[in-house]
Order: sequence, then structure tokens, then C-alpha cells
Amino acid sequence: MILQVRNITKRFGGLQALTDVTFDLKEGEILGLIGPNGAGKTTLFNVLNGVFPPNRGQVIFRGEDITGLPPYEVARRGIARAYQVVRPLNELTVRENVMVGACYGREALSLAQAARVADEVLATVGLAGRAEQLAGSLNVAQKKRLEMARALGSRPYLLLLDEVLAGLNPSEIAAMLDTIRAIRESGVTILMIEHVMQAVMSVSDRVIVLDYGQLIAEGSPEEVVNNPQVIEAYLGDPQMTARLLAE
Amino acid sequence: MRPWSRPGFWLPLGAVFVWGLVVLLLREDTLRETTFTVMMFVGMASSLNILLGYTGYVSFGHIVFFGLGGYFGFYLLSQQGLWLLPAAVAGGLLSGLLAGLLGLAVLRLRGAYFALATIGINEAARAFVSNFGPFGGATGLFVNFQAYQAYGGAGAALWTTFIYLWLVTLAVLLVSALVQGSRFGLGLMAIREDEDAAMVMGVAAPRAKTIAFMLSAFFPGIIGTLYFFKNGNVEPGDAFQLHMSIEALVMIMLGGQGTVVGPALGAVVYQGLRGYLLTSPLFKSLHLAMAGIFLLLIVLFVPAGAVGWLRHRFPRLRKVLT
Repeated sequence: MILQVRNITKRFGGLQALTDVTFDLKEGEILGLIGPNGAGKTTLFNVLNGVFPPNRGQVIFRGEDITGLPPYEVARRGIARAYQVVRPLNELTVRENVMVGACYGREALSLAQAARVADEVLATVGLAGRAEQLAGSLNVAQKKRLEMARALGSRPYLLLLDEVLAGLNPSEIAAMLDTIRAIRESGVTILMIEHVMQAVMSVSDRVIVLDYGQLIAEGSPEEVVNNPQVIEAYLGDPQMTARLLAE
Repeated sequence: MRPWSRPGFWLPLGAVFVWGLVVLLLREDTLRETTFTVMMFVGMASSLNILLGYTGYVSFGHIVFFGLGGYFGFYLLSQQGLWLLPAAVAGGLLSGLLAGLLGLAVLRLRGAYFALATIGINEAARAFVSNFGPFGGATGLFVNFQAYQAYGGAGAALWTTFIYLWLVTLAVLLVSALVQGSRFGLGLMAIREDEDAAMVMGVAAPRAKTIAFMLSAFFPGIIGTLYFFKNGNVEPGDAFQLHMSIEALVMIMLGGQGTVVGPALGAVVYQGLRGYLLTSPLFKSLHLAMAGIFLLLIVLFVPAGAVGWLRHRFPRLRKVLT
């Protein structure tokens, strides 16, 4: 197991954002994390990479308890993250953005090595031609790729992808999915939050479902889509839908 | 690529080196005095730029390090009989140390809150020094004229001070360029652009910010000691002039924040302009008002400053203007 999440509970004041979330992630796996809006998916990512400490529970990464470490310590241990809302370092070039990931990530590379890694990674995500451009001048799809490149530049063991497909058109989604598969081939484990269902179902080995901060289902994509609880979480009571249709 | 393999690395260093050399060769007292003032501000603006330009933290308290470090150095020199150079370095070290301690408290703040806290520090430092016995309280300290004999007389002492200031200015520019081209500097710039994202990428922001703050505070302490030694005395009103902090900000914004050449260029241009305004009968009491108007115009129309604008407009210049 590369990641073991145990009984994670997180409250914000009176809001119970996560309740007793427990799951495992195997090395080399792509695990999809789905759930309705406000289910606590992004909060879970924030707990995993140290942005917020949990109120209770443990995060064990490669055998080490990393619960409550600050984000930069988590990053150095090999967890990288691509944000849902892109956060490029606008006044730095595309290459420099990726170099930050490489310099301060797991391998803590020197500038010269980081520049080499950045060029490699930018080629993988298809941004090689834009390395010298300022990150602020990219379009949305390119910024999404840059997020991914920056995370990859740190040569992580585990990659957290937060809705990297949102806002992309179908051909961009297809290209991004190929990139995600290629990343997995290179040996990186992936945990991805995704709303584009077909995409997450086609690329994930396993899917877990969060609803109101609780894990309500876990299994292969087929099992999960046919799970009545999951259907209820997304669509409301399935029986009621059937009744309504019958009338 | 090593930072020193770029031509832009050597441009500001070379310019200041030649400039100081020319002054030394001409050996004119008035020229030395005006150059001293301008170089002092080149050093102040360039050191502040490490915090403001690279790290993105706007500080109005830069003059505190000039004042307190200078006071401490001057105290060692005038009361304890320490030689100028070690006294100045001690002043710098005190400023750096102080920045490290202050940083623990105020570097948690971001944006406007940090800026406001630094104004408070300036006032607190002035109040402290005005009431601190060993530093002479409100009357300050002065150098016994005899002390200049050790440097070969008052005239020679002034030239020695100038040479030290020249070397310190070169050192500031060197450090600024090295930081800009380093892995550490890349981390600072990541903090400037998005501190939370930088931390998630692995930049240990609290430590990096503190080091940047200490580095930017070290040089003003040295410069302060040299300046007060040149004047022969120091008093609280001279040491903590809030408007000098603001003028240093204007210089950085004018020349181009986050570049090595920008703050130096901004300091030279601003001081030139200030000299003109102070001597012109029409504007002589308005030079600070003009500085304010300048700052407003720059922020509105050329937020990247002169060097930033040139780099944007003529991408080819990027290799030369760093």
C-alpha cells in the first residue's frame, strides 16, 4: 500500500466536512474519487497533502505517518497535486513553473537538473513549444496541462488530480486521458477527483464515492455505478424515479 | 545555466564598479558626497527588492534596519572604540538578527496586513531608541573628532567610508543577482506569485521568507553605520525617517521590481530628480508630494517599472536586463 487513509475526520466549526474516511491506495493504481458537489472531495485532498490537519485520523504514506505535516514536507515525501482551479505562477515562464515543482519536490533537484526535467515533462504534456512564455499568457486548457506538468516535475510517487478535465472540450479530454494513462505507465500512482463520469469510469481501476463527507461506496467502476446508494446520492431516490416514470 | 554566464549579471555590477572608480580617480569632495547619497539609496532599494521584488512582501519598515543597525554600529564605533568595518558588519548582523526575530511574528501576515505591521515597527523602533540610555536617548550619539585621526584625518576618513559604501553597494547587487538566479530565488518568486501553491509544490515558505527578510535587512545595517559615521552623529529623527522607506519603494517601482538593474536604476533616477526638485525654487518643498504622485502614476500605468516595461516590450533585452 502506498497510501493508507484511516478514520479521517475534519470539521470546520459546525460543518462536518469529513467523517471517518478510510481507504487504501495500491501502488500503480488509478483511484477515482467521485461524489456530488460539496461532498468533501477537495477537503480530503487538502487533508492528504497537509493544507489542513485533520481533527482525527491518520494519513500513512509509504509506511510513514504524515498526518498534520505542512504541505511542503508532504511534497518532499513525494505527493504532488494539480489544482481544480488552476494556479499558475503568472509572472514566471512555463518552464520556471515546472522547475519550481522539480526543485522543491521529492528529488530536490538543482536548477540545471530541474530545467532538464521541466523540458522533458513539458514535452509529455504537450507544452514544449511554450516553455519560454509567461504562464499567465496560456489559455485554460494549457494552464490545466501546466498544472499537471508542475505536479509531474516533482517526480511524485503519488499524484492528486483535482478535476483536471473540468472545462475541457471532448478532444482535449481525450488527450488529457491519454496523458493520465501515460503517467500511470511511468509508475506514478494517481488519485483523481473527477466529475466527467465517462472519463473517470474509463480510466480508473477502482472508484470510491464520498457523500456528505462519508465514504458510501468502493469498488470497480461497474460496481459503483450500479450501487443503489450511489445512484441515490447523485439522482435522489431511484425507486421514486422509477415510480415517477411509471406514472 | 549559471547566473554569472549571462551578460545581464555583470551589467549593474560593472556600472557601479566603474562609477565608484571614476569618483575615486577624480577625488572631488562634492562629487563624493552626492555619489555617497545616490549609492546609499542604490544599496537600500536593491536590498529591499530582495523582499519586495522577489518575495512579494511590501515593507515600509526597511529604514528600521538602517536606523537600528546603524545605531548599533555607531554605538560600537563611538562608545566602544571599534574600528569602522567590524562595527558596520556588526550593525548589519544585528539588523539581520532582528529581521529574523521580527519575521517570526510578522511574516505570518500577508498583503496589506504585513505592510501595516511594518509601519508599526518603524514607530516602535524610533520610540525605543529615543528612550534607550546607552544610545543617548533623544539627543543621540556623536563621534569624538579625535576618532577620525585613526583613519588619517577627517578627510581621509570620509574617503575610506566612501570606499566601504562602494564595496557594500557592489555586494548588495551581487547578492541580489545571485539570489535572483538561484534555486532559492525561484522559491521566493513562487511565493510571490502564489504562496499556497508554492507550499504545495514543496517550497518551505516560512523559512524562505525569513531568510529573504534577514538578507534584505543585513545590508541597511551596514549602510546605516557608514552613513552615521560620515555624518559624525546620529539621532532618532535622522535614523527612522518613514519617508526614506517610502522613497526606497518608489525607486524600486520606478526602476522595476523583481529585477536586479531596476532598483539601482530607479535609485539613480529618483535621486537625480530629487536633487533637481530640491534646488528648483518652485518645487523645493514639494519633493515628497512629487514622489507620491510618481508612485501613483507608476502603479497605474507602468506597474512593472522601467526595466519591466523594457523587458516586456523588447524581449531581446531580457538577456541583458535581469
